Amino acid sequence: MAAVMRFVNRSSFGSRMGHQCLSLSRPAVVAKLVQDGASAGKTLPERVKIVEVGPRDGLQNEKTVVPSEVKIHLIDMLSEAGLSVIEATSFVSPKWVPQMADQVEVMMGIHRRPGVSYPVLTPNLKGFLAAVKAGAAEVAIFGAASELFSKKNINCSVDESLQRFEEVTKAAKEAGVPVRGYVSCVLGCPYEGKVSPDKVAQVAKRLYSMGCYEISLGDTIGVGTPGGMTEMLQAVSREVPVNALAVHCHDTYGQALANILIALQMGISVVDSSVAGLGGCPYAQGASGNVATEDVVYMLHGLGIQTGVDLPKLMDAGAFICRSLNKKTSSKVAQATCKL
Amino acid sequence: MGNIPTTVKHCLSYEQLIQDYPWLGSRLQDEKEMVPTRVKIQLINMLSETGLPVIEATSFVSSKWVPQMADHTEVLQAIHRSSHARYPVLTPNMHGFQDAVAAGATEVAVFGSASETFSRKNINCSIDDSILRFEEVICTAKQQQIPVRGYVSCALGCPYEGPIEPTKVAEVVKRLYELGCYEVSLGDTIGVGTPGSMAKMLHYVMKEVPSSALAVHCHDTYGQALANILTALQMGICAVDSSVAGLGGCPYAQGASGNVSTEDVLYMLHGMGIKTGVDLSKVIEAGDFICKALNRKTNSKVAQARSKSS
Repeated sequence: MAAVMRFVNRSSFGSRMGHQCLSLSRPAVVAKLVQDGASAGKTLPERVKIVEVGPRDGLQNEKTVVPSEVKIHLIDMLSEAGLSVIEATSFVSPKWVPQMADQVEVMMGIHRRPGVSYPVLTPNLKGFLAAVKAGAAEVAIFGAASELFSKKNINCSVDESLQRFEEVTKAAKEAGVPVRGYVSCVLGCPYEGKVSPDKVAQVAKRLYSMGCYEISLGDTIGVGTPGGMTEMLQAVSREVPVNALAVHCHDTYGQALANILIALQMGISVVDSSVAGLGGCPYAQGASGNVATEDVVYMLHGLGIQTGVDLPKLMDAGAFICRSLNKKTSSKVAQATCKL
Repeated sequence: MGNIPTTVKHCLSYEQLIQDYPWLGSRLQDEKEMVPTRVKIQLINMLSETGLPVIEATSFVSSKWVPQMADHTEVLQAIHRSSHARYPVLTPNMHGFQDAVAAGATEVAVFGSASETFSRKNINCSIDDSILRFEEVICTAKQQQIPVRGYVSCALGCPYEGPIEPTKVAEVVKRLYELGCYEVSLGDTIGVGTPGSMAKMLHYVMKEVPSSALAVHCHDTYGQALANILTALQMGICAVDSSVAGLGGCPYAQGASGNVSTEDVLYMLHGMGIKTGVDLSKVIEAGDFICKALNRKTNSKVAQARSKSS
């Protein structure tokens, strides 16, 4: 891409800022700066798998119901951007999640790129069967590390939910369909407050023993900091091998990238994120939720870590969905680079 | 797990210095509307109540260039100075330094750059010439026993030159330190740095200057600030610059964010068990106050989350 020079007029002169400046467009300056970054010498993974949850987790939390063709186009753009896992939709009852009512249409409409996985949420056996019928080749189940959260969110205790999921994992095994497990509230619960790392480890272990190939640990309300993340991961990795773990950090308190960095330093090499930071926090209305994939990829590339993701194409996908939703991106990288 | 336990232990044995920048020296100066003097004074007074150990109060640059700072003397003389805090002011040259001392300043700051082009565009002279200017200030300050803090901008990238060699950053930092700056703050001026480039830069700088004399000044333009600060902490840095409510945008990417929010930094540090001596809720209050006064939203995610929690 060619560099573009333009003058930015400034109304005030600052001793650090200057009264005029030339700024180069993102490919020329930013790309080079990112390439020059190198790992500090800590043992960081060489490659990180990004699990893109925007089309499901992201859109599910957006108020505007998005037309199916927009969802399909978004997923196709994300496939083109090099993401290898894109959570496509959710087979929950449309009564509860109207945004996902077009689940079958979306599954049938997306262009499935070879080598890319398109997992879908299946809260129970019924959802699983519907998902498989619609062509799903991978599914995901959602547990919680907090009893209160489980009761409020899916109307049953953690144990009862795990029993439900066992039905799904059994059927999935028989059908040869891989299952990913999620544990929410791993660093705090909107109802219970602190959550014990041992409880998180317990739930993660059960999901793993049931047959989930990977467990994504979710900081559901984004309250976690590197301190809590370290403690929690230490407890969980005693029960589940670290190469079967992923982190799903919310950026509600701005801590997501720092938390992800700590997780990487502890051997985690799978990170969930959402294009444009789609999906707010339902527990702090108006506050941010999911961490933006663009910002995660920017950091990873700056660390010399491979992701397979083409950042400009990813930003295009983010710009597209933000236009469709008529909202600003939550990605700082996108905000910065579109204004250079 | 990297150096976290060591670093946390290290930081726990010291008061973690959080330099707060209402950045009246150059943050409010980025705000388009003139902020009334009494508002600035009240902000600084509120910040003094939070436990922040260092609050940069104003800037003694010519009011021709920075009209926002024309009231520097009035501000410095009117603030209520807490016995627990210091109130450095920016002094780009001898003239500014003398005015600052006459107005009662007891600590000053000088600003260098690791990028030649940035230096020329920003203060109209080369890095070498700027350091000669600062040498004058630092020598005089030394004689009057006024501590001087140094800043090096573009430590992780320049809007004009692109990447900056870490060895160049180290050179400029070393010069400021040897001239007599008690501390040098390394600024990621356009926020392009990542933990990778931060670690590399610090590695070279720390060969020349002890970590106890270094600080990081991270911008959050690309959302990388907290991760970069964490990296710096892991490498032994104990002083962090930040700005209440994340005041001050990035002039090189209009509308994009700039300074990292003090609230968000504090939240992370406290969550890691690092002592700062700062009361987060009082900082949030100060942030609320200045945002209302400027009629704008806070850039702090912690402040946004706290104000919207159901």
